[in-house]
Amino acid sequence: MAQTIADHSVPTVRKRAPQLPWPLNLYQTAIGKKYAMALTGIGLLGFVVVHMIGNLHLYEGPTEVHEYAEALRDLGGHLVPRTGVLWVLRLGLIAMFATHIHAAYSLSRMSHKADKSYVGKRDFVAANFASRTMRWTGPIVLLYVLFHLADLTWGWLNDDWYAGDPYNNVYVSLSALPIAIIYIVANVALAVHIFHGAWSMFQTLGINNPKYNGMRKGFARGIAGLILIGNLSFPLAVQGGLIDIDNHTPGSYAIDTEENG
Amino acid sequence: MSKTLNLKLKIWRQSGPHAQGAFLEVDANDIPEDASFLEMLDIVNERLIADDVEPITFGHDCREGICGTCGVMINGQAHGPEKATTTCQLHMRKFNDGDQIVVEPWKATSFPVLKDLMVDRRAFDRIVEAGGYISAPTGTAPDANEIPIPKEVADSSMDAAACIGCGACVAACPNSAAQLFTSAKLHHLNVLPQGQPERWRRTEAMVETMEDFFGSCTNHGECHEACPKEISLDFIAFMNRDYVRAKITNRSLASQ
Repeated sequence: MAQTIADHSVPTVRKRAPQLPWPLNLYQTAIGKKYAMALTGIGLLGFVVVHMIGNLHLYEGPTEVHEYAEALRDLGGHLVPRTGVLWVLRLGLIAMFATHIHAAYSLSRMSHKADKSYVGKRDFVAANFASRTMRWTGPIVLLYVLFHLADLTWGWLNDDWYAGDPYNNVYVSLSALPIAIIYIVANVALAVHIFHGAWSMFQTLGINNPKYNGMRKGFARGIAGLILIGNLSFPLAVQGGLIDIDNHTPGSYAIDTEENG
Repeated sequence: MSKTLNLKLKIWRQSGPHAQGAFLEVDANDIPEDASFLEMLDIVNERLIADDVEPITFGHDCREGICGTCGVMINGQAHGPEKATTTCQLHMRKFNDGDQIVVEPWKATSFPVLKDLMVDRRAFDRIVEAGGYISAPTGTAPDANEIPIPKEVADSSMDAAACIGCGACVAACPNSAAQLFTSAKLHHLNVLPQGQPERWRRTEAMVETMEDFFGSCTNHGECHEACPKEISLDFIAFMNRDYVRAKITNRSLASQ
């Protein structure tokens, strides 16, 4: 019975490619791509939450931040080479980020082909600011991540950057007002992106049950709020003088760039 | 005698699928507030005919909100501002005297405008043809109560079956995605025992046909707000789940 029918008198928006072997055939379809976006979104959201919580060590002081950084490099203990687990996590993160972006790009193109805009003004009822700006907040977050890596991981933007002394590097970077403003704007965009994504992923993955449907929007609000408050606190604390380097010699924990990984 | 309204209309006029369209500005005076939106267009058309102007083409059939033939964008909202109401059931008392009303046809690549406000919605037929039915053996009609179905399941199926296929979901969607329509057509069969034998083939075929014509859902929720039958977004989640299961399930094990 069920068969797909191609009728060329009705305009189509795509040409069907031959099916790839499972599970790649799932990624060929829009719903499969949405699944990939939701799953990678969960992974990336997990990273953002852990990253924010880890950064709270800034409030403890330079030694604790240093110990936290060392602990990350020592993940896996003596079972694996030093920084081994960290590199696996990093590569996984890069793969998830790349998949998320590729799926978003191809789905946007698909929708762009299918959509014809109205000449008169549209009156949106349900679509909110977050859902309508996903294709803006996404690229903003991408640019911000690249900036953030150049700024704090590779130290390209700052002469006072020391490999292996994150506390000093964060302080030096965020004490410049323009840089602090970049961080604030980017993290607002990230929180807005997460607000829609954290609700949307349940719908995409088909996690739907009247018993807990009401909690999904609340979860999205909570997690976006948590990320927003946590991440905005760092530039504000540096600007406000709560985080300073008065009792810290920059570069005192500095390690070889080779080993920094 | 009921109150009357004087309205300023901006109505989309387009002579054919490939023609360039434009708004026609026309004053609609002395419109009774008890008229439906389509009756208002009828009155305007009568006057256009009297003035030797070609009347405005628009799709309509039952005029009681159950056929899905009518449907236009009214002031940027599919089927106009009233919730859970088709264009034919929208009454002019919902507008104020002196209002400007902008009327456009549905717009999506796979909904080409045939003429003025009338669009070709055959893309929906293609989706239903791909699997929106069950295969039943011929013979005498089975007893109505032969297959027990829980009340909740029957209700859920009926809620989905309320879809009249008007196309408002696609029209309202910023992505021109047909997820709400397709998921409703899938759900009303996929939850019932009669729909089980063909469930996975149906889901796969209908979703992939949908993707030939329409965009990708980004969970805005505009479709549900526009829907004259208030089809729930939950059906989209069920469709997403069923589609991925259809791709994974080993169909040689019926009970899986």
